[in-house]
Amino acid sequence: MEHLHLEYDVDGNNFVSAGQATENVKFCLKGLGVNPQDIRRIAIAMYEGEINMVIHANGGKAIADIYLDKIVVQLIDSGEGIANIEQAMQPGFSTATEDIRSLGFGAGMGLPNMKKYTDDFAIESTLGVGTKITLTVKF
Amino acid sequence: MTVKQLANLLKATTVAECDFDRQIEGGYAGDLLSFVMGRATPNCAWYTIMTNVNVCAVATLTDCAVVVLCEDCQPDQLLVDRAQSQGINVIATSLDMYQAITIVAKQG
Repeated sequence: MEHLHLEYDVDGNNFVSAGQATENVKFCLKGLGVNPQDIRRIAIAMYEGEINMVIHANGGKAIADIYLDKIVVQLIDSGEGIANIEQAMQPGFSTATEDIRSLGFGAGMGLPNMKKYTDDFAIESTLGVGTKITLTVKF
Repeated sequence: MTVKQLANLLKATTVAECDFDRQIEGGYAGDLLSFVMGRATPNCAWYTIMTNVNVCAVATLTDCAVVVLCEDCQPDQLLVDRAQSQGINVIATSLDMYQAITIVAKQG
Protein backbone atom coordinates (compact mmCIF):
# COMPACT_ATOMS: atom_id res chain seq x y z
CA MET A 1 0.00 0.00 0.00
CA GLU A 2 1.30 3.44 -0.88
CA HIS A 3 2.11 5.52 2.14
CA LEU A 4 3.70 8.93 2.49
CA HIS A 5 5.39 9.85 5.77
CA LEU A 6 6.18 13.50 6.53
CA GLU A 7 7.73 15.02 9.64
CA TYR A 8 8.05 18.65 10.61
CA ASP A 9 9.50 20.60 13.52
CA VAL A 10 7.11 23.30 14.67
CA ASP A 11 9.10 26.26 15.93
CA GLY A 12 7.90 27.50 19.33
CA ASN A 13 7.02 31.17 19.86
CA ASN A 14 7.28 31.82 16.13
CA PHE A 15 3.99 32.99 14.71
CA VAL A 16 5.63 33.91 11.45
CA SER A 17 6.53 30.36 10.49
CA ALA A 18 3.45 28.80 12.13
CA GLY A 19 1.39 27.01 9.53
CA GLN A 20 4.25 25.91 7.32
CA ALA A 21 3.83 22.23 8.12
CA THR A 22 0.15 22.56 7.29
CA GLU A 23 0.97 24.37 4.04
CA ASN A 24 3.32 21.56 3.04
CA VAL A 25 0.83 18.83 3.81
CA LYS A 26 -1.88 20.71 1.96
CA PHE A 27 0.39 21.01 -1.06
CA CYS A 28 1.10 17.26 -1.01
CA LEU A 29 -2.60 16.40 -0.74
CA LYS A 30 -3.43 18.70 -3.64
CA GLY A 31 -0.76 17.01 -5.71
CA LEU A 32 -2.25 13.63 -4.86
CA GLY A 33 -5.65 14.81 -6.07
CA VAL A 34 -7.42 14.55 -2.72
CA ASN A 35 -10.93 16.09 -2.56
CA PRO A 36 -10.62 19.85 -1.68
CA GLN A 37 -13.19 19.51 1.12
CA ASP A 38 -11.06 16.86 2.83
CA ILE A 39 -7.92 18.94 2.33
CA ARG A 40 -9.69 21.90 3.92
CA ARG A 41 -10.79 19.81 6.91
CA ILE A 42 -7.35 18.44 7.76
CA ALA A 43 -5.69 21.79 7.01
CA ILE A 44 -7.93 23.65 9.47
CA ALA A 45 -7.42 21.01 12.17
CA MET A 46 -3.66 20.78 11.63
CA TYR A 47 -3.20 24.55 11.56
CA GLU A 48 -5.08 24.86 14.84
CA GLY A 49 -2.74 22.22 16.25
CA GLU A 50 0.36 23.98 15.01
CA ILE A 51 -0.80 27.28 16.49
CA ASN A 52 -1.58 25.57 19.80
CA MET A 53 1.94 24.17 19.96
CA VAL A 54 3.39 27.63 19.29
CA ILE A 55 1.16 29.32 21.86
CA HIS A 56 1.23 26.78 24.66
CA ALA A 57 4.08 24.32 24.26
CA ASN A 58 7.11 26.09 22.81
CA GLY A 59 6.75 24.12 19.60
CA GLY A 60 6.82 20.42 18.92
CA LYS A 61 6.59 17.88 16.14
CA ALA A 62 3.98 17.42 13.43
CA ILE A 63 3.93 14.03 11.74
CA ALA A 64 1.67 13.30 8.79
CA ASP A 65 1.02 9.87 7.34
CA ILE A 66 -0.89 9.90 4.10
CA TYR A 67 -2.58 6.71 2.93
CA LEU A 68 -4.78 6.06 -0.08
CA ASP A 69 -7.95 6.44 1.97
CA LYS A 70 -7.00 8.76 4.84
CA ILE A 71 -4.48 11.09 6.44
CA VAL A 72 -3.33 10.72 10.03
CA VAL A 73 -1.61 13.71 11.65
CA GLN A 74 0.12 13.47 15.00
CA LEU A 75 0.97 16.64 16.90
CA ILE A 76 3.43 15.94 19.68
CA ASP A 77 4.80 18.46 22.14
CA SER A 78 6.75 18.51 25.38
CA GLY A 79 4.81 21.42 26.85
CA GLU A 80 3.31 21.63 30.28
CA GLY A 81 0.31 19.50 29.38
CA ILE A 82 -3.40 20.14 29.80
CA ALA A 83 -4.78 19.99 33.33
CA ASN A 84 -8.40 19.46 32.41
CA ILE A 85 -9.01 18.16 28.88
CA GLU A 86 -12.79 18.29 29.21
CA GLN A 87 -12.59 21.98 30.06
CA ALA A 88 -10.07 22.64 27.27
CA MET A 89 -12.50 21.05 24.80
CA GLN A 90 -15.24 23.56 25.67
CA PRO A 91 -15.67 26.09 22.86
CA GLY A 92 -14.49 29.48 24.11
CA PHE A 93 -12.26 28.20 26.90
CA SER A 94 -8.75 29.56 26.49
CA THR A 95 -5.65 30.19 28.59
CA ALA A 96 -4.03 32.35 25.89
CA THR A 97 -2.63 35.73 26.91
CA GLU A 98 -3.81 39.13 25.70
CA ASP A 99 -0.78 39.30 23.37
CA ILE A 100 -1.86 36.10 21.69
CA ARG A 101 -5.45 37.30 21.43
CA SER A 102 -4.33 40.50 19.74
CA LEU A 103 -2.94 38.32 16.95
CA GLY A 104 -6.38 36.85 16.35
CA PHE A 105 -5.81 33.61 18.25
CA GLY A 106 -6.96 32.47 21.66
CA ALA A 107 -10.66 32.28 20.79
CA GLY A 108 -10.87 28.95 22.58
CA MET A 109 -11.81 27.19 19.37
CA GLY A 110 -8.59 25.29 18.68
CA LEU A 111 -9.39 21.89 20.16
CA PRO A 112 -13.13 22.09 19.31
CA ASN A 113 -12.24 22.88 15.69
CA MET A 114 -9.79 19.97 15.55
CA LYS A 115 -12.56 17.65 16.68
CA LYS A 116 -15.22 19.21 14.47
CA TYR A 117 -13.27 18.99 11.22
CA THR A 118 -11.80 15.49 11.58
CA ASP A 119 -13.30 12.02 11.41
CA ASP A 120 -11.31 10.89 14.39
CA PHE A 121 -9.74 12.99 17.14
CA ALA A 122 -7.68 11.66 20.02
CA ILE A 123 -5.86 13.56 22.74
CA GLU A 124 -3.50 12.37 25.43
CA SER A 125 -1.92 14.80 27.85
CA THR A 126 0.20 14.44 30.96
CA LEU A 127 1.04 17.40 33.16
CA GLY A 128 4.72 18.22 32.99
CA VAL A 129 5.29 15.76 30.14
CA GLY A 130 3.37 17.05 27.14
CA THR A 131 0.46 16.49 24.81
CA LYS A 132 -0.15 14.24 21.84
CA ILE A 133 -3.03 14.83 19.48
CA THR A 134 -3.96 12.49 16.66
CA LEU A 135 -6.16 13.74 13.85
CA THR A 136 -7.62 11.52 11.14
CA VAL A 137 -9.48 12.59 8.03
CA LYS A 138 -10.87 9.92 5.75
CA PHE A 139 -11.00 10.61 2.03
CA MET B 1 -18.08 40.90 -8.81
CA THR B 2 -14.32 40.81 -9.36
CA VAL B 3 -11.66 41.85 -6.88
CA LYS B 4 -10.95 44.89 -9.03
CA GLN B 5 -14.62 45.93 -8.95
CA LEU B 6 -14.74 45.48 -5.16
CA ALA B 7 -11.59 47.56 -4.72
CA ASN B 8 -13.15 50.37 -6.81
CA LEU B 9 -16.41 50.16 -4.91
CA LEU B 10 -14.69 50.45 -1.53
CA LYS B 11 -12.15 53.02 -2.78
CA ALA B 12 -9.56 50.57 -1.54
CA THR B 13 -5.83 50.69 -2.07
CA THR B 14 -3.83 47.70 -3.25
CA VAL B 15 -1.71 45.92 -0.66
CA ALA B 16 -0.90 42.82 -2.72
CA GLU B 17 -2.19 42.01 -6.19
CA CYS B 18 -2.21 38.50 -7.55
CA ASP B 19 -5.31 38.21 -9.70
CA PHE B 20 -7.70 41.14 -9.45
CA ASP B 21 -9.92 39.61 -12.15
CA ARG B 22 -10.78 36.79 -9.75
CA GLN B 23 -14.50 36.42 -9.18
CA ILE B 24 -15.79 36.92 -5.62
CA GLU B 25 -18.56 34.71 -4.25
CA GLY B 26 -19.95 35.88 -0.91
CA GLY B 27 -18.13 37.29 2.06
CA TYR B 28 -17.16 36.79 5.68
CA ALA B 29 -16.33 39.39 8.33
CA GLY B 30 -14.29 38.54 11.40
CA ASP B 31 -10.99 38.76 13.22
CA LEU B 32 -10.80 35.62 15.33
CA LEU B 33 -8.86 33.34 13.04
CA SER B 34 -10.39 30.09 14.29
CA PHE B 35 -13.82 31.34 13.32
CA VAL B 36 -12.64 32.63 9.98
CA MET B 37 -10.96 29.33 9.14
CA GLY B 38 -14.08 27.37 9.83
CA ARG B 39 -16.65 29.69 8.29
CA ALA B 40 -15.16 31.70 5.45
CA THR B 41 -15.96 29.94 2.20
CA PRO B 42 -13.75 29.53 -0.88
CA ASN B 43 -13.74 32.54 -3.23
CA CYS B 44 -15.24 34.87 -0.62
CA ALA B 45 -14.08 38.35 0.33
CA TRP B 46 -12.78 38.27 3.91
CA TYR B 47 -13.22 41.56 5.81
CA THR B 48 -10.95 41.99 8.82
CA ILE B 49 -8.86 44.41 10.86
CA MET B 50 -6.14 41.79 11.47
CA THR B 51 -2.91 42.85 9.82
CA ASN B 52 -0.32 40.29 10.90
CA VAL B 53 1.25 37.59 8.78
CA ASN B 54 -1.10 34.86 10.03
CA VAL B 55 -3.78 36.44 7.86
CA CYS B 56 -1.97 34.86 4.90
CA ALA B 57 -2.12 31.37 6.37
CA VAL B 58 -5.85 31.71 6.99
CA ALA B 59 -6.46 33.27 3.57
CA THR B 60 -4.67 30.33 1.96
CA LEU B 61 -6.54 27.77 4.07
CA THR B 62 -9.90 29.22 3.19
CA ASP B 63 -8.94 30.02 -0.42
CA CYS B 64 -10.65 33.38 -0.18
CA ALA B 65 -10.58 35.59 -3.27
CA VAL B 66 -9.44 38.69 -1.43
CA VAL B 67 -8.62 39.96 2.05
CA VAL B 68 -10.13 43.38 2.75
CA LEU B 69 -8.29 45.21 5.51
CA CYS B 70 -10.77 47.67 6.99
CA GLU B 71 -10.58 50.88 9.04
CA ASP B 72 -7.27 52.05 7.58
CA CYS B 73 -5.43 49.24 9.33
CA GLN B 74 -1.88 49.18 8.03
CA PRO B 75 -0.55 45.73 7.17
CA ASP B 76 2.72 44.41 8.58
CA GLN B 77 5.47 44.30 5.96
CA LEU B 78 5.64 40.55 6.60
CA LEU B 79 2.00 40.25 5.58
CA VAL B 80 2.64 42.20 2.39
CA ASP B 81 5.67 40.08 1.49
CA ARG B 82 3.93 36.79 2.27
CA ALA B 83 0.78 37.77 0.38
CA GLN B 84 2.81 38.63 -2.69
CA SER B 85 4.83 35.43 -2.57
CA GLN B 86 1.78 33.23 -1.96
CA GLY B 87 -0.42 34.95 -4.51
CA ILE B 88 -3.06 36.36 -2.15
CA ASN B 89 -5.08 39.44 -3.11
CA VAL B 90 -5.12 42.01 -0.31
CA ILE B 91 -6.75 45.44 -0.43
CA ALA B 92 -7.18 48.11 2.25
CA THR B 93 -10.02 50.55 2.84
CA SER B 94 -10.73 53.32 5.32
CA LEU B 95 -14.29 52.03 5.76
CA ASP B 96 -15.19 49.89 8.74
CA MET B 97 -16.51 46.38 8.14
CA TYR B 98 -20.17 47.36 8.48
CA GLN B 99 -19.85 50.28 6.08
CA ALA B 100 -17.92 48.23 3.56
CA ILE B 101 -20.39 45.35 3.60
CA THR B 102 -23.37 47.69 3.43
CA ILE B 103 -21.97 49.25 0.26
CA VAL B 104 -21.40 45.82 -1.27
CA ALA B 105 -24.87 44.64 -0.27
CA LYS B 106 -26.50 47.65 -1.97
CA GLN B 107 -24.90 46.56 -5.21
CA GLY B 108 -26.88 43.32 -5.00
